[in-house]
Amino acid sequence: MNTDGEPNSVCLSDLARTSGGWLAASGPESDVVVSTRIRLARNIVGYPFMSQASDEIRRSLVEAIGRAIPATPQTSDFLFIDVGELDALDAQLLVERQLISRELSISEGPRGVFIGRDEQISIMVNEEDHVRMQILNSGLALQESWETIDSLDDALEEQISFAFDEKLGYLTACPTNVGTGIRVSVMLHLPALRITREIQKVHQAAQKINLAVRGLYGEGSQAMGDFYQISNQVTLGCSEEELLDNLADVLPNILSWERRVRDLLCRDNKSQLEDQISRAMGILTSARSISSEETMHLLSSVRLGVNLGLVSTVDIAKVNELFIHTQPSHLQKISGGPLKTTERNEARARHLRDNLSD
Amino acid sequence: MKKCRRCAKSATLHITEIQDGKAVAVHLCNSCAQEYLDEEAEQVSSAPPEDVSAKLEELMSEDADTDTRCTNCNISFGEFREQGRLGCPTCFEEFRVDLMPLLENIHESATHMGKRPKRSPAQTVDQARLIQIRQRLEDAIDREDYEQAASLRDEIAEIEKTLRPAIQSESDADAAD
Ligand SMILES: [Zn+2]
Ligand SMILES: [Zn+2]
Repeated sequence: MNTDGEPNSVCLSDLARTSGGWLAASGPESDVVVSTRIRLARNIVGYPFMSQASDEIRRSLVEAIGRAIPATPQTSDFLFIDVGELDALDAQLLVERQLISRELSISEGPRGVFIGRDEQISIMVNEEDHVRMQILNSGLALQESWETIDSLDDALEEQISFAFDEKLGYLTACPTNVGTGIRVSVMLHLPALRITREIQKVHQAAQKINLAVRGLYGEGSQAMGDFYQISNQVTLGCSEEELLDNLADVLPNILSWERRVRDLLCRDNKSQLEDQISRAMGILTSARSISSEETMHLLSSVRLGVNLGLVSTVDIAKVNELFIHTQPSHLQKISGGPLKTTERNEARARHLRDNLSD
Repeated sequence: MKKCRRCAKSATLHITEIQDGKAVAVHLCNSCAQEYLDEEAEQVSSAPPEDVSAKLEELMSEDADTDTRCTNCNISFGEFREQGRLGCPTCFEEFRVDLMPLLENIHESATHMGKRPKRSPAQTVDQARLIQIRQRLEDAIDREDYEQAASLRDEIAEIEKTLRPAIQSESDADAAD
């Protein structure tokens, strides 16, 4: 575990140039499913929740968890990043990377994150709860993700006791997480359902079974780049397995729905679709200045094009990576320093040209 | 169980609106309630800010005793409703009466059915499981799902069988005293 700033910033610059395993598009169903994420919210016995925790208490929580993690086999080589010590750009990098939440990046006081070497697992300390552990996998990987995070939770529990009530389960600061403390989120790329406006029906169908549909960066965010996150709402009254089954039941329908509509578009509107995708590719490979929003929108068309075999000069892993590398913080890290908006738009266009045209 | 008026999620907040001189209850989920308040705030932006806090007051209209304080962390139930965050694990005990309806509103249940810490003794686990299954049995009977009810009764009998020796030996020990 390392707590001084320097090695961290070295590591963060490396992060900006690589991409997390979850972007590899190596997982099942990765034409539609980008990633599967499971997070568990836990609090440590004998400490108040965050709203009542002084900096002193927050510090001792970081220390207590900082002792437990190296002593746990699964996490013994995890890297600690002191988020309180990071500058805004570095903290934002971790958010874009989905390794920490926005809330952790902007909150105050002693806090941090433990990150596994392959970025598959991250453990936030002093977010809304004392411990927020998450696993992020490429493609649809509900069962495998659950088994890994479940056994990590068990292993950590041998080192520290989590607040637990016989009737209410794991106790969390917000009543919406009480019980299992679990949030399972599957990130889907649904361009065809969005183009045909069928996406509304996905919202309705999901809500009927207590699942939420959100944009890329969670609560309240717009569906940028046609990415939608489907996740459970309820954490009390059903087991983790039941929640996973619930998702596993509904997802194949959404996936085959998206694929059916893609095929239909291909059959009935092929020239229009080809035109749209070629134009997207054209702008991305020739623009001299481009906003993040336009980039997301156009990359979404390219991603669809790759999946339909209409684009062959680039693969899904590369497109996934470009979605992340063109975000403001990654872009500035790759370019070597802070940039103003206009400079950022130019750097983004340059990065896209370099990576898409060969 | 009320659904949110705007998005069909479970409503967690209930606002009383005055429309044409009549009080109308508006049921909203957390996120829609926040939007609703923001819109209201914009509409009355010329009015003094008290209007918004008055609305927040109304949000906590459920007749909980907002002055009750957690003996462990000292936050009041009112403070919890304002922040939406509890102060410590003991809050769940201290505010149990007021929290239970809230939890049932959010989750449509107030009984944990998921994993348990491995270190808790087996017997406690079984006893808690018994409570859960009994609750599911009640639900099944309510739904007139007698097939499910029968299999749950069997499950209860199974668990009771494993618990009995322990209960027996305890009362034996009492008798010996
Ligand atoms: Zn709503
Ligand atoms: Zn408390």
